[in-house]
Amino acid sequence: MNNEEFLNTVKKTIVEGNKDEAVQLAQRAIKEKMHLNEVIEKGYIPGIQKAGQLWEEGEYFLPELITSAECMKAVMKIMQPELEKAHIDVRSAGKIVIGTVEGDIHDIGKNLVASILSANGFDVVDLGADVKLETFIEKAAEVNADLICLSALLTTTMTGQKKLIELLKEKGLYGRFKVMVGGAPVNQRKNSRDVRAV
Amino acid sequence: MIKTLRPKLELLSNEFIQKIIDEAFSILENQGVFIENEEALDLFREAGMKVGASSQRVRITAKLIEDSLSSTPPSLKMYDRGGEIEYLLGGDEVHFDPGSVAVTILDSETQQERKAVTNDLIRFARLTDCLEHLHFQSTGILSTDVSEIVSDSYRLYIGLLFSKKPIVTGTFRVEGFEPMYRMLVAIRGSEKNLSEKPLAIFDACPSPPLKWSNLTAQSLIDSARVGIPSELISMGMTGATAPVTLAATLVQHVAENLSGLVICQLVKKGAPVIFGGCPVSFDMRKGTTPIGAIETMMIDSAYAQIGKHFNLPTHSYMGMSDAKINDAQGGFETGIGAILAALSGLNLISGAGILDFIRCQSLEKLVVDHEICGMAYRLIEGITQRDDPISLDLFKDFASDTQFLSNPHTKKWYREEYTFPRLIDREPYDIWVSKGRKSITDRAKEEVEILLQKNPPPLPDKETQKALQEVMLSDAQRNDMPSLPKISFP
Repeated sequence: MNNEEFLNTVKKTIVEGNKDEAVQLAQRAIKEKMHLNEVIEKGYIPGIQKAGQLWEEGEYFLPELITSAECMKAVMKIMQPELEKAHIDVRSAGKIVIGTVEGDIHDIGKNLVASILSANGFDVVDLGADVKLETFIEKAAEVNADLICLSALLTTTMTGQKKLIELLKEKGLYGRFKVMVGGAPVNQRKNSRDVRAV
Repeated sequence: MIKTLRPKLELLSNEFIQKIIDEAFSILENQGVFIENEEALDLFREAGMKVGASSQRVRITAKLIEDSLSSTPPSLKMYDRGGEIEYLLGGDEVHFDPGSVAVTILDSETQQERKAVTNDLIRFARLTDCLEHLHFQSTGILSTDVSEIVSDSYRLYIGLLFSKKPIVTGTFRVEGFEPMYRMLVAIRGSEKNLSEKPLAIFDACPSPPLKWSNLTAQSLIDSARVGIPSELISMGMTGATAPVTLAATLVQHVAENLSGLVICQLVKKGAPVIFGGCPVSFDMRKGTTPIGAIETMMIDSAYAQIGKHFNLPTHSYMGMSDAKINDAQGGFETGIGAILAALSGLNLISGAGILDFIRCQSLEKLVVDHEICGMAYRLIEGITQRDDPISLDLFKDFASDTQFLSNPHTKKWYREEYTFPRLIDREPYDIWVSKGRKSITDRAKEEVEILLQKNPPPLPDKETQKALQEVMLSDAQRNDMPSLPKISFP
């Protein structure tokens, strides 16, 4: 298999969501001391981009998209330490702290968003579900996040998202992080008018 | 006379029902459920169940489930605010109520979603009170002019003031139960009277898959203790928070509901429980939770059949739509759902007025859906043999000029045989044009105002009003809200 064939196979494993093979190929790339940055940028990333494109076109539905994203996550998990060892600077699209707000243990939507972001080059710190608002802020400060993402499914917890903004103001951290809110009871108008995400 | 056949929808064979139940029992016994509530965990420990040391996982034996099922009442009676009108939940009795809980209201003028305030909740409760086919009311809209902390008790407060109908509600916080219970007691005069004549049903939703949060488990415990019926609202999303196949989602649904039922029976043997739910077929393209999807309705109808197999009262969120306005989708999804629900013999069907994945309530849709409920009631009455012979007497004098319009038989039966909807368009085209080419939404808008004008608010007596107000105000004040929005009592 020449280099181009190898990269194409790598891409294909992500598009098809074949996790075992995607991970095996990553291990092989590491073992054979290939140019890891190239394998990622010309193999894996085009793979996840293709999956995203198929999703946009309506060809892929969520199960395919998420399977590809999970594949990508598994690959990056073994690639990351190698890249660090080799002092290869991986371009991060940004650091994100994400979670479902306190009182809400529905986290399917949040998991979808976390997977897609992480597969697309963001560093994602997933705090899970039923997370205290203070924890979001503490973690974001600790890891120096660019973005805090809150999710709420229950209508009753939607307002927690607004409270986060107030809490940021109280702590003098308003403006330091971008805040993104989502979930079934939120829409774009709500975002901008009620929560005034910055 | 030949006995009238009650039309019925049954999606599962007995063999299939048994297999689903067997697997649900197996999951509860082997994998168990997570229960994030210490009081509930203690109850399970006392009952001799295995409770994980640190995991809050409980494994429930088949024996305990069987015992709990046999101590749960097969039917229950609910009463209106005056304690006079009785509604039976059980058998194939069917009652409709508005869906809940919406975070927005579809503005009557603009037909766009906006936040709701106290006056919207009042209009909603009053309107529900006027609509005869809605036997129950629900605390179906959130009011944004009160602190969100008290939004659970506040919606009950408005409902109890402005409608006489029994009410479907629920808590949003553990502390919400107490003021809500106090309001119900204030209506009945004593705790004993309330437990003898229940006025409210409390919804409690497990978190799929197979988990009861602290809040919802506490709601089950608090309700069971004082005899308030708990409605178990399992709500798996197929392929996301529940398995993708309809049958496997049914297994999870049954397991979740049974675990809730066991909690109630551990608190108090004989506690009233309703086998309900709000499962949805998760949309794999949009990541949304369509309530109007045919697969959602199939799961609903099937779990209702299983609930009946257990000989329990049943409930479902059906007869609503994911449309954003009152358009054709809004009508047909609601119509299909309400009809299938009635044919499934569901005792309580929550849905009227709802749009947009249960986010939005529309008063115009509420009055349109009311007509759908009327049609559903007519359907399940079936076709009755009124005379014997059925028709031979009517044709005895058959001649070339025979007609039936002036036949006394017609006058005798037409009001029994037919329903007379107020909003559905049955005008000839020219008349419809001359009346301003109005759509059903246009007519519904007028109907809302006519009904509200014609029917004065059905307020309870002054003493009860005051008692309710006191409970609500002290709940608000405990939560940093010094006063309540002003309501003008006529």
